[in-house]
Amino acid sequence: MVSGVIKVDHLLTKMAEDLITLIKVRQLDNPMVIGIHTGGVWLAEHLHQQLGIESPLGTLDISFYRDDFSRAGLNPKVQPSALPSATEDRHIILVDDVIMSGRTIRAAMNELFDYGRPASITLVTLLDLNRRELPIQADVTGDTLQLADDEQVKLTGPVPLALEIRKKDNP
Amino acid sequence: MFEQQDPNLIQLNSAGQLKHFLTTEGLSREMLTEILDTADSFVDMSAQQVKKVPLLRGKTVVNLFFEASTRTASTFELAAKRLSADVLNLNIKTSSTSKGETLKDTLMTMEAMHSDMFIVRHSDSGAAHYIASNVTPHVAVINAGDGRHAHPTQAMLDMLTIRQHKGGFEHLTVAIVGDILHSRVARSQIHALRTLGAREIRVIGPTTLLPRHIEALGVTVYTDMCQGLKDVDVVMMLRLQKERMQSALLPSESEFYSLYGLTEEKLKLTHPDSIVMHPGPINRGVEIETSVADGPKSMILKQVTNGIAVRMAVMSMAMGGQMTDHQAERESE
Repeated sequence: MVSGVIKVDHLLTKMAEDLITLIKVRQLDNPMVIGIHTGGVWLAEHLHQQLGIESPLGTLDISFYRDDFSRAGLNPKVQPSALPSATEDRHIILVDDVIMSGRTIRAAMNELFDYGRPASITLVTLLDLNRRELPIQADVTGDTLQLADDEQVKLTGPVPLALEIRKKDNP
Repeated sequence: MFEQQDPNLIQLNSAGQLKHFLTTEGLSREMLTEILDTADSFVDMSAQQVKKVPLLRGKTVVNLFFEASTRTASTFELAAKRLSADVLNLNIKTSSTSKGETLKDTLMTMEAMHSDMFIVRHSDSGAAHYIASNVTPHVAVINAGDGRHAHPTQAMLDMLTIRQHKGGFEHLTVAIVGDILHSRVARSQIHALRTLGAREIRVIGPTTLLPRHIEALGVTVYTDMCQGLKDVDVVMMLRLQKERMQSALLPSESEFYSLYGLTEEKLKLTHPDSIVMHPGPINRGVEIETSVADGPKSMILKQVTNGIAVRMAVMSMAMGGQMTDHQAERESE
C-alpha cells in the first residue's frame, strides 16, 4: 500500500550541483559514473546526462556479492554488471537510490575491486534512511528520511522518477 | 540398485527451495524455470572479464566420482571454482561387492573433512539419492549421473540451450535418438521437457534399445528414424556406449550408423530451423556425421558452455537461502 510519494526533481538538481562542486574540490579528473541496479542505474543515467560526463555509464548488479546469500538465497534474474572500461586508477562515482544499512555499498565496492583498483570512489545516494550497520557514508545525498518500522521506500521509474513510501505487507 | 522414495521429499527443503538436486522428475515448472533463469545470470557472468563471484567462498565442494567422467567432472569443478568454493576431486574405483558399506565409509570420511557439498557420479541408479538420505543436514548433494536413472544437470543444460535458441518449449517437437534404454540423460530430458510443456516428445531407436512401456512417460516411439525426424525442431542425440556393442543388443557400428546415425541427409527431414544437440563425447561416424557435428545447426559446444552456468546455478541454489532450515534443525537438536 502506497502511503506517500516524494517528488525527486528538485533533489536531483541539488544533487547534481553538489556533485559538480565535489568533483571540482576533489579534482576528480575524468570520473566514471556507475549505477547499482535497478534504481541506482536510473539515477546514474540522469546525473550522467546532467553533468555531461563523457566516459560511458557503468552498471553493477551486486546480487552475487550480497552478504545475506546463505540466508536469503539468490535472486534468479541477476542483470549482468557492465563496466564500459577498466576501473583501474579511475575516479568512480557510485550511485544508488537509497542507503540504509550500508551493506549494498559494501557489496558494490567488493565487486568494483574485483575489476581493479580505482583511484577513488565517491558515493551518491538519493535518500539516506539513517540506519547504518556499517561505517559507510554517502558523499552526496538528496535527502534524509526517518521511516516508521512498518514502512519502506521504493524508487519508481525510470520516467518519471518518484519515491514511494509503502506500508509493508507483512510487518 | 538402491531403494527409491519420492525424490522431492528429500530434494526440497521445508520452504520448497532446492536442497539437493537429484532428478528432474517431479520438480515443478516454476523450479525448473528458476534454475534456467539463474543459469542465464551465470551465462552473462561467465562472459565477463572477471569470471568469479564470492557466493560459495569458504565452502568445500567434493567431486565424488565413482565412475569415469571428463567433461562433467571438469565443468563441475570449474563451476565450483567460479563460485569461489574450494574443490576436492576424488575418483573412486568401487568394488562390485559391499557397495553400500564402502559408500557410507567414504561419506563419513568426507564429512569429517567438513565438506559442504557432494557432487556424485555413480554407476548404480539411486546412489545420489542414497547419499542425500545419509548426509548430515547442512550438506547438499548434486547428482552428476547415477546408473540408468538420472543426469539432471545435463538435462537442464540441454533445456537452457533449447530455450536460448527457441525462446520456449510449448511450440516444440523434440526427438531423442539412440540408446534410450541405458540412458540416464534421456530419462532426465523427458521429465524436464514434459514439465516445461514441450508439445511433442519423440524417442527414436531400435526396439532392443527402447525401454518397455516408455510410452507411459508421455513420449511417442519411432523405430524408423526418417519418420521420427520429420519436422522436428530439436534433435537430441545420445551417445552410443561402445561397451553395449559387445552385448547382443546391437548388430554392428556401421549398421547402427546407417539406421540411426544423424547424417546431413536425415537432417534435411527436420524443420529448417532445427538445432542438433549431443551430450558428448561424440562418436563421429557412429551416432553423428562429422559435418553435422561441426555444422551450423550443432549446439554441441554451446552445451558445454551452458553446462558450467547450469551447474553454477544449482550449486548456488542448493547452498543459498538454506540458513533458516539449518537454524531450525540446530535449534531442534
